[in-house]
Amino acid sequence: MESDLKMVNIYVMGKKYLVPDSLTIMHAMEYAGYQLVRGCGCRAGFCGACATVFRIHGDYDLKVGLACQTKVEPEMYLTQIPFFPAQKSEYKLGELKPTAAQIAQFYPEIYRCIGCNACTKICPQDLKVMQYIAYAQRGQIDRCADESFDCVMCGLCASRCPAQIVHFNVGILARRLYSRHLLPPAGHLQSRVAEIESGKFAVEMTELVNASKETLRKLYASREIED
Amino acid sequence: MPYTPQLRELVKQVEASRAERIKKGPFRRMTMDERDEVLKNFHPDFIEASMRPLSVGVNKGDRVPHEFADLIEARSRIEGLGFDLENFAYDVDVLVVGGGGAGASAALIAQEQGADVLIVTKLRFGDANTVMAQGGIQAADKEGDSPAKHYLDVMGGGRFENVPELVSALTLDAPLALKWLEDLGAMFDKFPDGTMKSIHGGGTSRKRMHSARDYSGAEIMRTLRDEVRNRAIRVIEFCAAVELLLDEEGKVGGAVLYNMETGEYEIVRAKSVILAVGGSGRLEYQGFPTTNHYGATADGLVMGYRAGAELAFMHTMQYHPTGAAYPPQIIGLLITEKVRGLGAEPVNIDGEQFVYHLETRDVAAAAIIREIKERRKGIAVPGGMIGVWLDSPMIDLLYGAGTVARELPAMVRQFARFGVDIINEPMLVYPALHYQNGGLLIDENGLTNVQNLYAVGEVAGGIHGGNRLMGNSLLDIVVFGRRAGAHAGAAAKEIKVKKLSLNYLQAFQRELEAVGADTGGRVSPILLPRYTHRMTSA
Repeated sequence: MESDLKMVNIYVMGKKYLVPDSLTIMHAMEYAGYQLVRGCGCRAGFCGACATVFRIHGDYDLKVGLACQTKVEPEMYLTQIPFFPAQKSEYKLGELKPTAAQIAQFYPEIYRCIGCNACTKICPQDLKVMQYIAYAQRGQIDRCADESFDCVMCGLCASRCPAQIVHFNVGILARRLYSRHLLPPAGHLQSRVAEIESGKFAVEMTELVNASKETLRKLYASREIED
Repeated sequence: MPYTPQLRELVKQVEASRAERIKKGPFRRMTMDERDEVLKNFHPDFIEASMRPLSVGVNKGDRVPHEFADLIEARSRIEGLGFDLENFAYDVDVLVVGGGGAGASAALIAQEQGADVLIVTKLRFGDANTVMAQGGIQAADKEGDSPAKHYLDVMGGGRFENVPELVSALTLDAPLALKWLEDLGAMFDKFPDGTMKSIHGGGTSRKRMHSARDYSGAEIMRTLRDEVRNRAIRVIEFCAAVELLLDEEGKVGGAVLYNMETGEYEIVRAKSVILAVGGSGRLEYQGFPTTNHYGATADGLVMGYRAGAELAFMHTMQYHPTGAAYPPQIIGLLITEKVRGLGAEPVNIDGEQFVYHLETRDVAAAAIIREIKERRKGIAVPGGMIGVWLDSPMIDLLYGAGTVARELPAMVRQFARFGVDIINEPMLVYPALHYQNGGLLIDENGLTNVQNLYAVGEVAGGIHGGNRLMGNSLLDIVVFGRRAGAHAGAAAKEIKVKKLSLNYLQAFQRELEAVGADTGGRVSPILLPRYTHRMTSA
């Protein structure tokens, strides 16, 4: 098999390795012999552990990607940034107000944004990062929550920001503020919790717990299924 | 890479039958007998040669997969190392091992009880299967639904083998868990009046799958993690537990920690230990590609079993019917069941549907394997895999243009990165190893049979019987994480840890020698899979 593969040179932290061109950066590092400890998590684009910065030989342009979601390219120089020392404020969510002033209290640096858009350009999730910071500045918490929703908190935005904003921590504060203080609580959920706490289902549940396998099979096979 | 010209030709068959399939309505569901038959003949759990009986320990004689038995029949990582067990680096009330959703839930609630809590996790805090759970979380919270209906669905899905008391706890606590998450500010999909959006999952009788787009687990995890940080609970990352410590009365009393970066060992004394370390998908049972997180290497099962905790249902694994079979870069990637929940049908090479789109996972996976192996109606994919189609474009026809983009942004993005447009092109799927249905047997408080040792999340067994339903894993990590946290937190005041010892470990190793088990130079827990110089699944 391996002899059929098209191979390319990559440079992991400057050191050259020959790897198959079909691999992701993560697979290529493992192929090259790295036992990853940092810089590898879910291996599926959800956890943000494998933020990677790279440049192609001869080109000045720095590019980024999640190592598990980006294919290697010929003459790729790469390094991972698996950790970024970001500041996070501590707060009691229930006592907060969903306002711009509240966000500014915890993250005043958002007003230092110079509009360079480096955060948006670097985001491996293609989020409009600068835009959601602008929403936060203006107190449009709902829009900030929506726009930042697909964030995997990899930290690349913060690594590039000349104003030293930690965008992803602003995003999660906005989403939690929005969900707790702006979206109405689910009425049906509240009623069901009250019913359970009042013991409404206790008898029915005890019967099921004590039912024989045969009874359960019958009940299961004949249960009505919602369209 | 985009579909090849040959695959594009085959896509036309799927397109040709699409309108007719939609018009006809849903495919017929299997009868109970048909379900039993397809499982027996095609589900990987039923392949006898894939397992062997455990040679030692509490479950001696029970059949488990070879890959797992290999880790039990292995030497300890700390054999021959001398430790001063009285020289603790940490002395806490509750030690939580694992930084996923179960561990975070347990830690938050234990701390509320006044306990001093320490979380250790071998990767980053939040690196866990929790973040990868896309589809949703079940809870019977709507009119027309009830915990009893949820209970019946769980038992039927689990082949009626589940521990009834655990299912009762799971389904009665479900709305409470969901409410807790809502109060913590997790951003669930809602209508403007606050009503939760909910859909079906495989094997549900009511639409009780709640989601946060297709980042449901990620949203729950980042919310819990943010809250743990708000409450300044101590978390040590890149720090694994490698063995438990028992005191002279046989109660758990701490653990041996291993710094993943420096290689140093440290001792932690704790009044109780909550194992929340996840499952074992990275053992890649029977060679299946896995949807699992990098760290899913059975560490908790190994540590717990050596310390005397009983296992349950370790002969059953969940193969998710829809792992990616193409593009090659993402083989084994989880394709959320929400895709089927929204109506996408499994279709063979001739464009024919062959199974109801919302069968339970075990049945759907077995039906896909049958379609390929017996009926030879699979689609051969460059790279050697054979898959079937999952007709994602029909979702927009059913619910209106834009639905796929809105409801499945992660899926759209992950396929687009490698040249496949799931809004307009069907996906190629094959079952992937997804979940360990069993684990360390627990009671309603998450306690194992070893005193003061808890197991929550995927490492625990009994809740899901022989097969877990979609949306009940995100649920069980929160329900049993909270229960264990409450119980351990409250119990801490009463517990006095006696002199710590590793005698149990020596006894276990002697038992291995006595039965002549071949440990083959293996050392466990393995902590990380070894993928160096090997082509791997995602």
